[in-house]
Amino acid sequence: MSEMAPRDVQTRADTGLKAWLLSSTPDSAFQARCQRVYLSWRSFSRNPIAMVGLIIILMLLVVAALAPLITSGDGTGQVLQDRLLPPSAAHWFGTDQLGRDIFDRIIWGSRITLYIVALVAVIVVPVGLLVGTVAGYLGGWVDAILMRITDIFLAFPRLILALAFVSALGPGLENAVLAIALTTWSPFARIARAETLTIRNAEHILAARVQGASTGRILLHHVTPLCLSSVIVRLTLDMAGIILTAAGLGFLGLGAQPPLPEWGAMISDGRQYLLDQWWVPTIPGIAILVVSMGFNLLGDGLRDVLDPRSGEG
Amino acid sequence: MTGQADNTLLDVKNLSVRFQTTKGPVEAVRGVSFTLGRERLGIVGESGSGKSQTGRAILGLTAKNGRISAEHVRFDGMDLTRVGDQEMRKVRGARISMIMQDPRYSLNPVIRVGEQIAEAYRVHTGANRREARRRTIEMLNRVRIREAEKVVNLYPHEVSGGMGQRIMIAMMLIPDPDILIADEPTSALDVTVQLQVLAILDDMVRERGMGLIFISHDLNLVASFCDRVLVMYGGQIMETLDAGKLHEAAHPYTKGLLNCLPTLSSARDLAVLERDPAWLDPIGAGYSEAGR
Amino acid sequence: MIEIDGLTVTFGTGSRAVRAVRGASFRVAEGESFGLVGESGSGKSTVLRAMAGLNRDWGGSMKVRGQALGRTREPAFYRALQMVFQDPFGSLHPRHTINDILKEPLIIHRIGDAETRILNALEEVGLGPEYRFRFPHQLSGGQRQRIAIARALIINPPIMLLDEPTSALDVSVQAEILNLLRRLRREHGLTYILVSHDLSVVAHMCDRLAIMNAGRVVEELSVERLRAHEPDHPYTKQLLRASLGYDRAAAENLAWFD
Repeated sequence: MSEMAPRDVQTRADTGLKAWLLSSTPDSAFQARCQRVYLSWRSFSRNPIAMVGLIIILMLLVVAALAPLITSGDGTGQVLQDRLLPPSAAHWFGTDQLGRDIFDRIIWGSRITLYIVALVAVIVVPVGLLVGTVAGYLGGWVDAILMRITDIFLAFPRLILALAFVSALGPGLENAVLAIALTTWSPFARIARAETLTIRNAEHILAARVQGASTGRILLHHVTPLCLSSVIVRLTLDMAGIILTAAGLGFLGLGAQPPLPEWGAMISDGRQYLLDQWWVPTIPGIAILVVSMGFNLLGDGLRDVLDPRSGEG
Repeated sequence: MTGQADNTLLDVKNLSVRFQTTKGPVEAVRGVSFTLGRERLGIVGESGSGKSQTGRAILGLTAKNGRISAEHVRFDGMDLTRVGDQEMRKVRGARISMIMQDPRYSLNPVIRVGEQIAEAYRVHTGANRREARRRTIEMLNRVRIREAEKVVNLYPHEVSGGMGQRIMIAMMLIPDPDILIADEPTSALDVTVQLQVLAILDDMVRERGMGLIFISHDLNLVASFCDRVLVMYGGQIMETLDAGKLHEAAHPYTKGLLNCLPTLSSARDLAVLERDPAWLDPIGAGYSEAGR
Repeated sequence: MIEIDGLTVTFGTGSRAVRAVRGASFRVAEGESFGLVGESGSGKSTVLRAMAGLNRDWGGSMKVRGQALGRTREPAFYRALQMVFQDPFGSLHPRHTINDILKEPLIIHRIGDAETRILNALEEVGLGPEYRFRFPHQLSGGQRQRIAIARALIINPPIMLLDEPTSALDVSVQAEILNLLRRLRREHGLTYILVSHDLSVVAHMCDRLAIMNAGRVVEELSVERLRAHEPDHPYTKQLLRASLGYDRAAAENLAWFD
């Protein structure tokens, strides 16, 4: 019983694509990787809360992509006669203090949100992985120096540090993104380092060393793939924080500049109208809430699926 | 040879354990039947044979996704598969004890070893601290731990494998159980330490007239230590043997297993075990210990 | 072919230093199968790892084919010497396919013709091409160990270090792997250093063996003398007796050798 390979998941009734995805004898590397993704998907889709998160994020992506089709303008056209109108059939989310349709602004603002999130991720993940894996694997004074640098960035409250950077760099969306990235990368380095410390004495790493692999190759091909899951999970859970920091910067006027419909700036501009025309600041706030929650739920679901300790993937 | 009705401590009939897994039901134990007297009974098998699950099922320690079913598991007039949780708790530890492979997982890592033994003793007998401490030292001496006074102050991770096992044996024997189930108790130990631990088990069993179920993957060791051996494969018992009569094994699995063991004198290639799928076929209800 | 002289290996520094190996010396001739036997803590695995370059903190001298080994190893060294580890699951990267695993040494040493070599390697260890794109968790313990052996052999090293290659396997699977190792040695004229705690395995696989205890080599003897139950050193005698199964008298008379 023990020496037979673990029982295959495929059943007799599977044909076609499903059979290809469940076959126990994949013919190519491509098929093997597709199978892994498929099995992870099956595991993920069993978690209803995670699916809610995924749907929210997918909706965000769809809405951002279809923005020109769903909206009537680009959200910047001012129609001063129509200021501060409540939600109605003509303006689903009402209008703001300059008569701009809030629905349009929310939709176009979603692109900005995605832009911020994607750019931060693209900077933060590679930097965190690089610093963390090198520090964890090499140890000694390299580890000490890299970790002290990481600690310095970790010690400051995120928004304050972002403020400092933006003040130095000047306001604007790209600078805000850079500032956020600078304040966000440190935990990823810590996570990558922690994973690397666990992995570095594993026998498959020793085996790679005995095969003569260089340190660079080991870090890139052997260590990083095992750190990736934790880092990705942490990233999705951090998304909410990133969005809120961007919103905070926007609120303070240091992020996206007017007339860009960035959600945080919309809250800031609209806050004086909170009591009588609640929809002006509240609806962007709800948008931020929903998207943050979507990322959180997605992150939780991903953690359950990607945890390398849960055995088969 | 033991086995007379009044000397039978445990009577297992048609025991099965079934697990619900994400890949469908798995039958870890299928229709296992045997009796245990005041003797040393070995259960031998490779991984996946169901030997450990059999031991756990007797004590109701199967994981939550497992179902135990049996015609009966008779112990002292009770049927352990039909008895309530409360009753079972009274049996576990007090009447039927279990030691496992790695003592470090069974001992509380943050409490000193002496304290754990003393507490177990107090809970069982209601003695006071001083008495419990005295008995602890006494018990450590019984399991041949030198410098017991120093050992009582150690934490489990500071204690070597062999000593840890002896401490576990001491703890498990405090309530003076009728049956001891040992699940691979010496597999993680060096060969010389193994001998010492087995000698202690040997003494304990003899002195108290306990029944011992010794679960292992090592056929030769079990044959040299136990009185009778059950050979398991695929959740079923393939064969029952008297320990001294290994060479008279009849079942092809047992013979195959014996043949593929390297010995000091084997020089040619080892015989490879050819697995016959027929061995996995259900043997049939009511299989008893034929082939004795 | 291999000369180890006065090897010492230390872990940790200062007062917490542990001397895992304290002056081990032995020689292995070309084409020989040499066993290193000992109980836990004897230092046998450490000797192997030091040879494979996995330890920095060692002293004494190690020579392979007359060339002394230094603190660091050049990649070319690893074409002469490869290692198989004890844990079949731990020694294969969980996220790499079997194809990736077997290709790795070829990439590192820039050896071409990967496709053919990989298929040949699989065949040599008795596995078919259908295993190529599976992941390690889809294989059984014995199959994984075969892959580990294939990976070690794919660059044709003349020397193989085997660190308890069958200790984690079922007895029936052990037999298959041991047979495989013997066949490969015969076919390729390999030199083996086999570490094990199991005297029967070593007796079956090796020509000569060294017994280690507490970091030192206690005795070197040929397999014939072992089989004839004629070791010299009392530690070896005790080990031999203990390996034969439970014996009450033997249990009573155990001595401590430190």
